[in-house]
Amino acid sequence: MDAITVKNLTKKFDDLIAVNDISFTVKEGEIFGLLGPNGAGKTTIIKMLATMLKKTSGVARVLDWDVGKNPDEVRRSIGIVFQDPSLDDQLTGKENLDFHARMYGVRKKIRKERIEQVLNLVDLFGKKDILVNNYSGGMRRRLEIARGLMHYPRVLFLDEPTLGLDTQTRRAIWEHIIKLNHEEKITVILTTHYMDEADFLCNRVAIIDEGKILVVESPENLKNMMGEDIISIGVSDGEAFSKKLSSLNWIQGVSHGDGIINLSVKRGEEKIPLLINFAQKENLAVQFVSLHKPTLEDVFIDFTGRNIREENGSTKTLIRDMIRARTRK
Amino acid sequence: MFKNFKCEVVYNLWLREMKRFVRAKSRLVANIAQPFFWLAIMGMGFGSTMKFRELPPGVDYLNFLVPGIMGMTLLFSSMFAGLSVLWDRQFGFLKEILVAPVSRLSIIGGMIAGSVTTGLIQANLILLIGLFFGFRISHPAALIPAMIIMMLIAVSFTAMGIAFASKMEDMHGFQLIMNFVIMPIFFLSGALFPLEGLPSWLSFLARLNPLTYGVDGLRALLLGLSHFSIQLDFSILILFCLAMLGLGTYLFKNCEL
Ligand SMILES: Nc1ncnc2c1ncn2[C@@H]1O[C@H](COP(=O)(O)OP(=O)(O)OP(=O)(O)O)[C@@H](O)[C@H]1O
Ligand SMILES: [Mg+2]
Repeated sequence: MDAITVKNLTKKFDDLIAVNDISFTVKEGEIFGLLGPNGAGKTTIIKMLATMLKKTSGVARVLDWDVGKNPDEVRRSIGIVFQDPSLDDQLTGKENLDFHARMYGVRKKIRKERIEQVLNLVDLFGKKDILVNNYSGGMRRRLEIARGLMHYPRVLFLDEPTLGLDTQTRRAIWEHIIKLNHEEKITVILTTHYMDEADFLCNRVAIIDEGKILVVESPENLKNMMGEDIISIGVSDGEAFSKKLSSLNWIQGVSHGDGIINLSVKRGEEKIPLLINFAQKENLAVQFVSLHKPTLEDVFIDFTGRNIREENGSTKTLIRDMIRARTRK
Repeated sequence: MFKNFKCEVVYNLWLREMKRFVRAKSRLVANIAQPFFWLAIMGMGFGSTMKFRELPPGVDYLNFLVPGIMGMTLLFSSMFAGLSVLWDRQFGFLKEILVAPVSRLSIIGGMIAGSVTTGLIQANLILLIGLFFGFRISHPAALIPAMIIMMLIAVSFTAMGIAFASKMEDMHGFQLIMNFVIMPIFFLSGALFPLEGLPSWLSFLARLNPLTYGVDGLRALLLGLSHFSIQLDFSILILFCLAMLGLGTYLFKNCEL
């Protein structure tokens, strides 16, 4: 059985088509990422799957339950961390968690245990009896995530779970998500703006832009689709060196910048020693070397034609910028 | 329809409402202060300066006013509790409630349980204040049916508040409801003046108003003074209560986030 089946799903808000005829499936046990710039339609997709928003047309199923026809069954199988705030700030952190656990029928004994566990996970144990009203923004976010990870649903939706969190907390949450996925066999659908997050967590990602899915692939395959690694190297006599390079047939492209030579190669990490040996044989001193492998971000820019934080600029100039950025790193 | 009704969920929402009620001290003070002023100022002011020709001898205006102000307290606190769905929507907590795997019916049940509890506490505080001002209950046993009337009022108007809140997108409609629903219901309920000898249009509107029968029932039981028969008061309140429960549940079930 698939955890999620989406066929020709469409959502219109008056004139705006927020989700435009998309189809994808998520297998049980997968961690699936939805990647896209602001306003791409990620949250709208999740809201429809979580029965919070009625679809305009198409099919959306969670564990074979139709979200329109069997919303109760769907709600019984899912958990969700919302992108927008959804805490009661007149309750304490612990009370918010307790409310959640009771709503989801978590038994009394497990309830205490889980509350403690997730509070420790997000490092809020010491603040558990303070009103959420007195929490900082990041603490609220952490509490929301903790709450979402408390009952173990079969399908877990995480809408930008780690937005605005510090690195340590993000790491801890990533590891916990992976643990839930492995040990509890929880299927996870997450949206994110962070490429490293998608890369670290997801078995597959869908890149979404303007309500359309552009591609669904594993992060590895996507990065391979981007082709070569780039080695940037500086040597004492750049001119001489670059001329000699033409004898190396594994180099697929050469370009120059101010004293930097950029080479596109396959499996760059193995080529660096070869290059250094080569330079030494030619009696040239290597000043620096760096390797840039394509990241999910590059893939993303390639597909959406823009940086995740930028909204305009033509595809061409951005791809050029991207290549420049890649070679500069 | 009732198979998904879970008492645990009702308890959970009730518990949340109690915690919020206990913490929001300023809200409680405001909720009690207003009826207190009505009693103290209107009751004393009008009571000592004017003679209501429709009031039987021995019943002064303050006595007459106490059940009315109890009705007012119930109306306000229940409507606000129902409308607090709007706040929950604004602050996002409604998402947390609605996405949970529990029936809408249990959720409404929980909200109403919370609202009825806080409403009864406040109405009885007003009754206590009334006693302090010299109000005398006709017969102690009458308190029990009076409680049932208070509950009917509270349930009905909480459900009405939920119904309105389900149809409203944001908080802007709140003032409209305050001015065009809550206030007219209060003023036209006979809480402040006797229904005898009213001009016919006013009397007609008062008879259309469900709170009229609530206030009349309270007055009948607590004061032994009434305009309609207690059977009629109960019947109309029960019908109104069922209608509001139906409407509130229907609209709440169909509200989008
Ligand atoms: N309730 C609504 N009414 C009208 N338009 C809406 C509504 N909700 C979303 N939209 C529009 O739908 C589009 C997609 O929004 P959505 O929230 O799904 O984006 P997103 O991919 O989650 O973006 P972000 O990364 O900023 O969270 C946006 O253009 C947004 O303005
Ligand atoms: Mg979003």
